[in-house]
Amino acid sequence: MHLGVSESMRECEYSQISTRSSTPMETPYKKRTPKKRKWEAFPGRNKFYCDGRIMMAKQTGVFYLTLVLILVTCGLFFTFDCPFLALQLTPIIPVIGGVLFLFVLGTLLRTSFSDPGVLPRATPDEAADLERQIDVANGGTGYRPPPRTKEVVINGQTVKLKYCFTCKIFRPPRASHCSLCDNCVERFDHHCPWVGNCVGRRNYRFFYMFILSLSFLTIFIFAFAITHIILLAVSHRSGFLNALKDSPASVLEVVVCFFSVWSIVGLSGFHTYLISSNQTTNEDIKGSWSSKRGKDNYNPYSHGNIFTNCCAALCGPLPPSLIDRRGFIQSDAPQLAPPTNGITMYGATQSQQSHM
Amino acid sequence: MAETHSLQDMRQQAAIAAKVFIQRDYTNGTVCQFQTKFPSELETRIDKQQFEETVRTLNNLYAEAEKLGSQSYIEGCLACLTAYTVFLCMETHYEKILKKIAKYIQEQNDKIYAPRGLLLTDPIERGLRVIEVTIFEDRSLTR
Repeated sequence: MHLGVSESMRECEYSQISTRSSTPMETPYKKRTPKKRKWEAFPGRNKFYCDGRIMMAKQTGVFYLTLVLILVTCGLFFTFDCPFLALQLTPIIPVIGGVLFLFVLGTLLRTSFSDPGVLPRATPDEAADLERQIDVANGGTGYRPPPRTKEVVINGQTVKLKYCFTCKIFRPPRASHCSLCDNCVERFDHHCPWVGNCVGRRNYRFFYMFILSLSFLTIFIFAFAITHIILLAVSHRSGFLNALKDSPASVLEVVVCFFSVWSIVGLSGFHTYLISSNQTTNEDIKGSWSSKRGKDNYNPYSHGNIFTNCCAALCGPLPPSLIDRRGFIQSDAPQLAPPTNGITMYGATQSQQSHM
Repeated sequence: MAETHSLQDMRQQAAIAAKVFIQRDYTNGTVCQFQTKFPSELETRIDKQQFEETVRTLNNLYAEAEKLGSQSYIEGCLACLTAYTVFLCMETHYEKILKKIAKYIQEQNDKIYAPRGLLLTDPIERGLRVIEVTIFEDRSLTR
């Protein structure tokens, strides 16, 4: 792939000036290679579907289990319990159940398929610039580099920013590197195998809505499956055991719901607490803002009152995805050229860049 | 004796001399803000006030995008009620501001930075981590 200097410069300008768009480059000279989308060259351990529209973690087995559990339990409920309950009690029951079910499914898919807030890795130029700054700060000693951290004061609290060796960036506050997905994620909460994705800044509200609505749905199905069994036992006067035999689906639903409700409701309660105090699971587990660490330790990100914290987490602005997975890769990314004869060197090595 | 460059000239002749990265400023939390400290490499190329003005305007635009106000709450609630399908037909507030930012950077490049042999890269192309300022070789010096 050998390009003349002027052509490469023209492309270099286009790629730098062009605003974010997913249209391929307009230069007529690049007809060589077929255009690849950025998700195809994504460095993290993620799986992409629908040409980059859907993004999930590598291990998705447990997600399918979640989906199957929800679909089967709800399927049984609508098929076996709802006709009876609609006739005996009120047809509103299947309607509410239906709405809850659709909401649960929608939020689950939204949590699982969206970008949690992945931070793209540093470009080679950025990484080199940071390395240079760190070397200068360390006094240029070559051996045994000390751990790379930067301290910053946020609202009166000193926060340490760690350097991520994989992504070659200083992680923003509240970001963390997920070892399963091999990405730095903004406002990293946790990696949830049940939804098959990380939970971070961009999908936390969907995750919360999912577990909250799932709690209601679980309790709803539990309650009405038991109601079905009791009504059967009472109306047919055949005894409790016969009622169980008449409606085995209800028994299965009761069992599944009974075992799930503790963990799901517990999780909802825990995340409600986290949202109201504006903390992430990561911070809570580490006790970052716990008063046990010190008298003056407080959460610098909290807005002060529960209401604002909740509103900010659930109704705040939704930031866009930073990784632009459906954009086209602009190959021949410009590298720094040694200032001698203006010929651009592609794949400039560390030694060449240090000549600047 | 061309001491100022147009974008056209740069495209045809210029080589990249260096890149300066303006890092994020986290003193106000996780809101997207960039440091307004003037980098020393740009001292010979551009006026300090001009540069700080550009960064300050960008900071204001990003602050507006992430602001928690009645507009963002209404948008959030509406989105939740429509199961987020509303975003299939309309842009989020943040995306609208990003478009404004892209236009502003384009404008600044055309009017101020390109004639001085500099180029600003939209931070969104760098994951909102840095503002990348590319310094082009000043051909008028190599005579």
